[in-house]
Amino acid sequence: MSTPSISQDIMTNLGNSPGISLALFLGGLIGAVAFMAIAGLILIYAERKICAHFQCRLGPMRVGWHGILQSVADTIKLLMKEDIVPYAADKFMHALAPIVALAAALMTLIAIPMSAKITLADSNIGVLYISAISGIGVLGILLGGWSSNNKWSMLGAMRAGAQIISYELSATLSILAIVMLSGSLKISTIIQSQEAGWWIWRAPVVGLVAFLSFLISSTAEVNRTPFDLAEGESELAAGFHTEYSGMRFAFFFLAEYLNLFIVSALGATLFLGGWMPFHLGEWTMFNQIMDLIPQSIWFLGKTSFMIFVSMWFRWTFPRLRVDQLMKLEWKVLLPIGFVNLLLCAFMTLFGFYFFSTTTRGF
Amino acid sequence: MTPEELQGIILGLDSELSLREASSVLMIKVPASSLMKIMVSLKEDPRFAFDQLQYHTALDWPAEDRIECLYHFCSTQFHHELMISVSLPRTNPVLPSVSHLWPIAEWQEREVYDMFGVIYENHPDLRRILLDDDWKGFPLRKDYKDEFMLERPW
Amino acid sequence: MVKTLEDRINPSSTNDSVLSTQEYFVNMGPQHPSTHGVLRLVLKLDGETVREVIPVLGYIHRGMEKKAETIGYRQQIHLTDRLDYLCSVMNNWVSAEVVEKAAKIESNERIQTIRTIVAELQRIQSHLLWWGVFGMDLGAFTPFLYGFRDREKITKIFEDTIGARLTMNYIQPGGLMYDIHPDFVKDVKSFLTYIKPLFAEYDGLVTGNIIIQERLRNVGIMDAKTAIALGTTGPVLRASGVAHDLRKIKPYGVYSKVDFAIPIGTVGDCWDRYAVRMLEMRESVKIVEQLIDNVPEGKHLTMKAGAKIRPPAGVYYEEMETARGIFGVMINSDGTEKPSRVYYRTPNFHNIWSITKISPGGRIGDLVAIMSSLDIVVPDMDR
Repeated sequence: MSTPSISQDIMTNLGNSPGISLALFLGGLIGAVAFMAIAGLILIYAERKICAHFQCRLGPMRVGWHGILQSVADTIKLLMKEDIVPYAADKFMHALAPIVALAAALMTLIAIPMSAKITLADSNIGVLYISAISGIGVLGILLGGWSSNNKWSMLGAMRAGAQIISYELSATLSILAIVMLSGSLKISTIIQSQEAGWWIWRAPVVGLVAFLSFLISSTAEVNRTPFDLAEGESELAAGFHTEYSGMRFAFFFLAEYLNLFIVSALGATLFLGGWMPFHLGEWTMFNQIMDLIPQSIWFLGKTSFMIFVSMWFRWTFPRLRVDQLMKLEWKVLLPIGFVNLLLCAFMTLFGFYFFSTTTRGF
Repeated sequence: MTPEELQGIILGLDSELSLREASSVLMIKVPASSLMKIMVSLKEDPRFAFDQLQYHTALDWPAEDRIECLYHFCSTQFHHELMISVSLPRTNPVLPSVSHLWPIAEWQEREVYDMFGVIYENHPDLRRILLDDDWKGFPLRKDYKDEFMLERPW
Repeated sequence: MVKTLEDRINPSSTNDSVLSTQEYFVNMGPQHPSTHGVLRLVLKLDGETVREVIPVLGYIHRGMEKKAETIGYRQQIHLTDRLDYLCSVMNNWVSAEVVEKAAKIESNERIQTIRTIVAELQRIQSHLLWWGVFGMDLGAFTPFLYGFRDREKITKIFEDTIGARLTMNYIQPGGLMYDIHPDFVKDVKSFLTYIKPLFAEYDGLVTGNIIIQERLRNVGIMDAKTAIALGTTGPVLRASGVAHDLRKIKPYGVYSKVDFAIPIGTVGDCWDRYAVRMLEMRESVKIVEQLIDNVPEGKHLTMKAGAKIRPPAGVYYEEMETARGIFGVMINSDGTEKPSRVYYRTPNFHNIWSITKISPGGRIGDLVAIMSSLDIVVPDMDR
């Protein structure tokens, strides 16, 4: 019996009319879009500050206290820029590409719950839905590269397409390991199954291997260094979004940061427990102390940690060459993923993981 | 080898060679007709082992109506150096290319063509290197004039 | 027989598989983040593989050699600053030395020692910038900031003594433009103590990184014979295994009195070129350490400032080892105050040509790594 979400609470109190459900639906949608915009702004500021401190400098300091309003200034600047479309570009595709990229990011984000009560779309096939929709993002990149009528953009788009399609396999394999352990594709069930402990340490070696594989594959999925040759600045002068300016570039930019948030949130949900506090099996005293911290704070904390690790990678490592990247996926990560899945199957079948006999049944 | 030894051996290679005075590095004057023979022996003779063509450039002597092309060789093995000087008539300066012996000569000869107008026979890719393909004139010649040049008022 | 660029660019199709492919030309144009200046490379690509590289020079050709003919022996030294602007003191030294040798101007111990110290500091500064840009080209953005932060310390020393941060114009025929600042010795010593532990830190950050090693090993291999034939000098030649360093072969300055080693590579790939420069920085630190405590006393200028220089007629040539290779200046004097011809034998003009021979067959990522490891500065090429 799962906790009722906020909208179900409101409907039980105010009645079940179509007007109320329409208002709730629109309210949820507006809330999601607002959250995404604010998350994007905060992430951009965080990236600049973290990057600066890694490089022994300060970052934005002038716009607001310690540069807090920098993202707002950047947004206003991008809105005021001239929208340049190359003369021989395919106008419809050129306009469509950033919208597709952003739409894919938005559709994925609504499926990830922030706490037991704040859930927008908790479908029975949550994990499958997320994997499928995040694949639409690749279409935005390919459209953008092709429609710019620029050989460098096309090169960047081709590289990105090959990279994302390959790494989706490893990401899916590591997600499958967790799905197998928790026994369901529904995200709220996966989180509930981690009540006795998070899968990263609860499943002895398999959880950690799956987590590392997911970390690498998801960094490749969102085109971040060390896998950012789709937009490799020193090689392709911005790759597939070279010919975009103004608001359209802002869409690509926002989509990239939202994708970062999504994969970090997904990693936190599947491997680190999502909004589930840190419990240790049946130790009720300890669990009740951990429960005092609100669930959304747990979720945001874990996601922020994953985002920080991703940014740490970006400002430390150089980028891989395209054939090394493909070799890493097809010859290293994929076999490891399969072996991991096999071990995970044995583990689930015979219960070879910590706290395998809890009262919950998983 | 010391410069004196080098001078002795090289002057013995051909009767038409002579020492070019007023140079800080040993410089031998070679007539254009026997240039290829001397170049091949400089590259292949194990006593010299001149494996690096350090630079190739030219000097313009309008009063004597000649362009003097200079080659500077050095050896990474024996660390000795040598310069060769070839004088060509200003109206039709033609030289054989040595890019099959020292590949870097391909670019150095393009630069001398660009700046002085010396044509190289058997050059794989003779076109201007520093100026536009359709530039008229050869800038480093002393009588070069174009509309961008300014006269100093003093 | 005389061609244009269009004659070189002819697309051709290859039918070597069931699918026929066509090679295409891409312009890595004059404005590009990784060509280190205004260098245009026309690439003939087959998918991701580079088939041919055609460098197009001349975007920053300023006619320096023609200009030097009109401005005289003393003023042409400030032109050499602007050739390879990261080694400006060394370029100045060569031009000043050739005029000194031609006009038989004497020098003293103090002048030569200070020239050597400043040249070695400039070598460290140049390699630090190269290291930063190298990381940036490969995608690691952080070394760029670290390199510039350390380089700033040397630039501050130069600013106090010389007065300029980039184009120094310090070494004149007959001595130095200004005597060294009273704090020079103290500042250089504190810089040396600061930089030595940082080399280990940078090794941990960049050299030890497996991604860097994978991208550099066995990329752009030049064996010794090829490197000599292609006219390369400097760290590029030494990385291919040829022990050719003018500081040891024809010592100038006070290099014959200091004890230092020359790093030599074995394979001649990008990794060796990288490692040779990292080790050279350490050797330069050793040289400065040995010299900084015993700077002899004396004057900083052995001739009257502004005296006329009239070398006797003839051809004179002098060359030295800069951070990028052998820089040489040839002057043809006709006895007057202005040279009849000045030729700058620049290392980058000769080094860049090797890229047409070692990058075909690799990928675009390899091309960027090779260009970065050749360490080119474009104004040096075009003069």
